[in-house]
Amino acid sequence: MNRELAGLDALDLAAAPRRSRAARAWSAAWPALGAAAISLAAWQLVVLSGWQPDYLLPGPPAVFRRLADDVRQPAFYAALAVTLERAIVGYGLAVAGGALVGAVVARSRPLRRACGSLITGLQSMPSIAWFPLAILVFGLSETAIVFVVVLGAAPAVANGLINGIDNIPPLLLRSGRMMGARGIWLYRHVVLPASLPAFLGGLKQGWAFAWRSLMAGELLVILGNRPSLGARLQFAREFSDAVGLLATMLVILVMGMIVNGLFDLGEHEVRARRGLTGD
Amino acid sequence: MSVQALPDLALLEQRGTAVRVEDVSMAFGQGQSAILALHRVSLELARGEFVCLVGASGSGKSTLLNLLAGLEQPTAGQIDSGAVRCALIFQEAALFPWLTAAGNVELALRLRGVPRRERRLRALELLELVRLDGFAQRRPHELSGGMRQRVALARALAQEADILLMDEPFGALDAITRDLLHDELETIWSERSLTILFVTHNPREAVRLGDRVLVFTSRPGSVAAEVQVTLNRPRRTDSAEVATLAAEISDRLRSEVRAHGLSHPTKPRFRGRPC
Repeated sequence: MNRELAGLDALDLAAAPRRSRAARAWSAAWPALGAAAISLAAWQLVVLSGWQPDYLLPGPPAVFRRLADDVRQPAFYAALAVTLERAIVGYGLAVAGGALVGAVVARSRPLRRACGSLITGLQSMPSIAWFPLAILVFGLSETAIVFVVVLGAAPAVANGLINGIDNIPPLLLRSGRMMGARGIWLYRHVVLPASLPAFLGGLKQGWAFAWRSLMAGELLVILGNRPSLGARLQFAREFSDAVGLLATMLVILVMGMIVNGLFDLGEHEVRARRGLTGD
Repeated sequence: MSVQALPDLALLEQRGTAVRVEDVSMAFGQGQSAILALHRVSLELARGEFVCLVGASGSGKSTLLNLLAGLEQPTAGQIDSGAVRCALIFQEAALFPWLTAAGNVELALRLRGVPRRERRLRALELLELVRLDGFAQRRPHELSGGMRQRVALARALAQEADILLMDEPFGALDAITRDLLHDELETIWSERSLTILFVTHNPREAVRLGDRVLVFTSRPGSVAAEVQVTLNRPRRTDSAEVATLAAEISDRLRSEVRAHGLSHPTKPRFRGRPC
């Protein structure tokens, strides 16, 4: 009987061929690289078409030359550091607050129904609409920026957690209860891990909202002693420095993409562990 | 017409009662629209007994298991389960997909307060018992359906419950795997003197495994008949003796289903020509 069972197990688990890490990395990289190449080509074509004069819409070579120049100057890193600091503080607070609210709201169904639509409403409210109030209350200050970043990101984080908890298969909860997990233990060992994939989705979306709100804030609230990416954009516009403006925009785009990429990696890892991915 | 399903009295005296269900009824909903799922069910399991419950769909078998497991409270009657702890195995293994096979078993131990060092060892022992020690670090999605059910069995054993409730645990498996798992379950049951209440649709499976088979009526569910299975173990699902006994139970179930075809007033009548 042992042999039979072992044989059956062996047959059941016919090994699927696994692709190497390099092959997987390449298959993920080439579409992204291709898309970047196409975008750059399109940009260059628009420039070549003569739709706008050079000093308003410069082409990729000029912008990349400026970018290479920028990254050799300490001022660039000072601006980047301030922007990243705001992003980390604002996003961190948003994650803590959003997760707390989400966990509390998700505890009961009526509460979920009551607060769910409010949270979704907050999420769809453009964060720039908060700025007049933030500036009125906090003045032109760091607090105003961080306040809006938190309000922009927290609803998405809370929503992710609520959705995750809402979609836990009832069988898993039942099985957790049967094993003696109650209250906080059920939360710790079943509810939170089971909702992790959706929560990660919420975190990722929250980051996108945070980054957007931050850029809006930095354009509106420019503090003299605090250089930032947003401030650089604003100054480039005021000095009609189109090349510098586009170079800074590229930096903002790439920063957003890098963080997004990290989230994607984490999400993929979590999903792969649970057998939710194709490969 | 309800049968008092009691174990052999000598056996009961010798080993003691594992669980006693007395006159239990269970209704869902209120007033006119209430549905009676169980009607005055009485049964008793002796320690170490393997009892199978067969019934057609809608016979409230799963409801009974939920009541025994303490997941729901009966509308009337008593379940004398005092300090009885139940472990429940479902048709789907319901393993936690974020944990490895060993992790799933360890969590059950952890929730019982087993200290960390001991957990690891005990989990491996239990996986060895279901012959999956070589797959301890696999995650559920990397295992076949039968293997997952074996992990679920190991996890249920980790709960050291007094009674193991199994709700059609092998229903979704292929015939060969199911046969092997019958052997496996029977071995573990006799080695560890478990008490098992096993719910199934399949009369052959019931006769293959059970000391007793309880036949359930449908809507409302109650015990319609009790069959003692005295065939020697280990039995084979495809042996003639098992088949004969299973056929009797099948007939009983069919007449039960037929009765519902005739007497159900709310069902729309069949108007076309019978084919």
